[in-house]
Amino acid sequence: MDLAPVESLGYFVPELILGVAVIGTILADLLVRRKEVLAVAALVAVVLSMLASVLMLADTPDTTLFNRMIVHDQFSLYFKIIFGLAAFATIWMSMDSREVDQVSQGEYYALLLASTLGMYFMATSTNLLMSYLALEFVSLTSYVLTGMLRNNRRSGEASLKYLIYGGVASGTMIYGMSWIFGLAGTMDYAGINEALTTSSPASSLALFIGVVLTLSGLGYKIAAVPFHMWAPDVYTGAPIPITAFLSVGSKAAGFALLLRFFYPALSSLGDDGQWQALGGAGWPQIILVLSMLSMTIGNLAALQQDNIKRLLAYSSVAHAGYMLMGLVVLSDEGLRSVLFYLVMYYMMNIGAFAIVMLVANATGREDFDSFRGLAWRGGALPAAAMAVFLFSLAGIPPFAGFIGKFYLFAAVIRAEMYTLALVGALNSVVSLYYYARIVRAMFLDEPDGSEETVSLDWSTGGLVAVLTVGTVVFGLYWTPVIGLADRSVRFFLG
Amino acid sequence: MNILTLMTFIPVVGAIVILCLPRDKDNWARWGAVVTTAIPLMMAVSLFINFDRTQDEGFQYEVIANWIPSFNIQYHVGVDGISITMVLLTALLSFLCIFASWGITKAVKAYFALFLLLDAGMMGVFVSLDFFLFFVFWEVMLLPMYFLIGIWGGPRKEYAAIKFFLYTLLGSALMLISILALYFNTTDPLTMTNTFDMVMMMDQANHSEWLRGGQIFGQSVPLVIWTALFIGFAIKIPAFPFHTWLPDAHVEAPTAVSVILAGVLLKMGTYGILRINFPMFPEATAQLAFYFLAAVGVVNIVYGALCAMAQTDLKKLVAYSSVSHMGYVMLGMASFTEQGINGAVLQMFNHGTVTAMLFLLVGVIYDRAHHRNIDGFGGLAGVMPVYTGFVAIAFFAALGLPGLSAFISEALVLLGSWQQNPMLTMIAALAVILSAGYMLWALQRIWLGPLNEKYADIEEINRREIFTLVPLAALVIYLGIYPTAVLDLMGASLNSLNGVVSKFL
Repeated sequence: MDLAPVESLGYFVPELILGVAVIGTILADLLVRRKEVLAVAALVAVVLSMLASVLMLADTPDTTLFNRMIVHDQFSLYFKIIFGLAAFATIWMSMDSREVDQVSQGEYYALLLASTLGMYFMATSTNLLMSYLALEFVSLTSYVLTGMLRNNRRSGEASLKYLIYGGVASGTMIYGMSWIFGLAGTMDYAGINEALTTSSPASSLALFIGVVLTLSGLGYKIAAVPFHMWAPDVYTGAPIPITAFLSVGSKAAGFALLLRFFYPALSSLGDDGQWQALGGAGWPQIILVLSMLSMTIGNLAALQQDNIKRLLAYSSVAHAGYMLMGLVVLSDEGLRSVLFYLVMYYMMNIGAFAIVMLVANATGREDFDSFRGLAWRGGALPAAAMAVFLFSLAGIPPFAGFIGKFYLFAAVIRAEMYTLALVGALNSVVSLYYYARIVRAMFLDEPDGSEETVSLDWSTGGLVAVLTVGTVVFGLYWTPVIGLADRSVRFFLG
Repeated sequence: MNILTLMTFIPVVGAIVILCLPRDKDNWARWGAVVTTAIPLMMAVSLFINFDRTQDEGFQYEVIANWIPSFNIQYHVGVDGISITMVLLTALLSFLCIFASWGITKAVKAYFALFLLLDAGMMGVFVSLDFFLFFVFWEVMLLPMYFLIGIWGGPRKEYAAIKFFLYTLLGSALMLISILALYFNTTDPLTMTNTFDMVMMMDQANHSEWLRGGQIFGQSVPLVIWTALFIGFAIKIPAFPFHTWLPDAHVEAPTAVSVILAGVLLKMGTYGILRINFPMFPEATAQLAFYFLAAVGVVNIVYGALCAMAQTDLKKLVAYSSVSHMGYVMLGMASFTEQGINGAVLQMFNHGTVTAMLFLLVGVIYDRAHHRNIDGFGGLAGVMPVYTGFVAIAFFAALGLPGLSAFISEALVLLGSWQQNPMLTMIAALAVILSAGYMLWALQRIWLGPLNEKYADIEEINRREIFTLVPLAALVIYLGIYPTAVLDLMGASLNSLNGVVSKFL
């Protein structure tokens, strides 16, 4: 079904809610004096938008909207829920963050909501141009959010670096898209797919070049090696809630775009859930290499970090590598494991950043020293929660991260790619070392008395509790999530 | 409810309850831990009494429930002759170790909660019959162990804890890949779907063609998977050259944790080989284990003994003696004779009790003198006669004195292995002299000779410590006279396993 603009609005409710909320926040900023109201309003808007997405999960027909610009299908709904969750946790963290107290609240929340809206478009667009615009939308808002801490030099530096890298990446990307457009004669994903299926492209090398160039923009968004250079600086400089948002929301959005671009557009689905890359462009091999590089370089670089945010930045590069494994295998099973992993990753990574924020609020620092003896200076509960998140990130049972990795490895082994599985598994072992360094600082090292005490307040405590429980429960029983991921690997092309 | 399930999860409940106790109720935590390990111990006794010793096929006290249906992951537990001995050992040592931990004063609640989680993890490993479940328990055990060594350990605790963790995780990574490869190549004949059920995997008729004889990395698939699994288990045993984590972990760990490490954790390696490598890949086992495993075993025996001889730290000496004694287990398993394989599992049990005694005894002296330097004592027998009595039992058992338990198992191992590998057996038998050497030498330096005046007023072993040692000493003597009590339990299962493997020789 293809819908014209006006009929499309019925399927556009989640986006509309956010759009209204963006404008509403800006206007309200002028009117209300108590700025906490803005955060609550943003929170409510995100919840409503998520609710609308959840309600649509049940049997709304798949359709393209706005003259085939964006699409409404199970896949996009799944991602909208993830973005909603990420925005929700970010806003919650922002309310408790000391850093965010200094910034102009109206702009901050409006930009955050706008960024989330952009992510929605990244997951729904089925047109090269629309994809590009959505990506730019998210990037532009992210640049500003990163540089929000006006009195902090690192924040400004991070913003500038982000902008420069982003500019180059998106320029390369749109150049690549123009190659694809030239070969397929259309910007519509379905059209590209059809053009590649019916006749092989004039030159598969040209297609390959186009794909690789486009990949640079997408790789930048998910922070995969070699497009990851911005991540450590940006993650370190940005306010902590924004770092959490970038590491989960932005990455998930990048994956949404990546999946839709490579799967329904550039490959075709066989009967048995196996995909076939079209037009002789060997992009699966490229992604294989990127996956291995991301895991290995991310993990090795993380070993040497002294700033926790920087360490988590490299860890997030490595996690992009793990998730890319799911794309290499060209099967529905692999795709579903990526979708599944994103949910697990959401809980543990946001959780870890929430604890970093808690410690930063108390100590004003984010290095190993600020975590030293955390468990022995009043912070036993946050330290325990952090240990859960970190071990989960390392992929140790019985936590969610293990199950996520388990599905990824299962897909890889199913496809009989043992070398990749081995590289991934060995990387998990390496990663344990740096995650355990933080655990060691918190539990094994004694505080020397110079550190501030850290205690958990109810607000952050609530968020951390929810995420910890989620990380443990999904590590033991995950059938509902995998079921949802399973039925969300359904792209609609029209 | 199923007795094995209860034995596994009662400690978990105990751990949660202990964590929720109010502040400053340290004694409640201690007694809570006593109760939640005493119940599984009583259940273990009832298992021992009611276990059907004649059943040679299949498992007893089995329970199967769906856990994650979409991936055919089941909650499947049960015991047979191989695992029952380990279940008994785990239940006994966990209970005794709670008393050995009585002196812990730092974060008492957390200590006992973690200890109980460790207990649950160990029990889970020995009873699981679903490979996914097995792996989860195998890994879950690492977390409490890491903290127990890392928080309550000695001066180099951080290093020891992470080394132990990383070594084991390296093995686990290989194991996970092997498990998945096995899963995708094992078909449940009833439902025609892939399965994690270990019992199904043990039947080669359920294996795919690829798993039976395919090629991977230019090698035969069964050999590669066998080796990957073996490395995972060998790290735990620990087999040479993966043993270097062990002295560090043992020396730094608090006494009770050392007991568990040596008494139970090391056995998981050899248990895994018997439970997984042997029945799932009998042909590869016959090809690889016959020389390779036997040779590794002998290297362990000799190398461990030589290292033990060179130690000046009593605890390190005991740690290396474990490396040496675990070598007998491997040698026995690799013989593919009924004596050898029965001797191997009996040795697993006996080493568990003997080495537990040794570590407890080292703990006693360390608590009083705050050092374990072998040359720093002398003539303790005069001031601590009761303590020295226990030391004598443990030391003579460890060096294989006839009439004590370890003699029987080592003799069985050598007897079985002689029939296959006379040369290696000879070396292993000669190494007994080495082990007598380091044990007696240490005994002489610490307990005999003129009294070191510094320790003239050293306090005699107290009642709590005696309480932890008596059951073990009784077992060591009893099984030295009447090993049938344990051999009976495992004979039927082991002989049928040996039949499966040895027909490929």
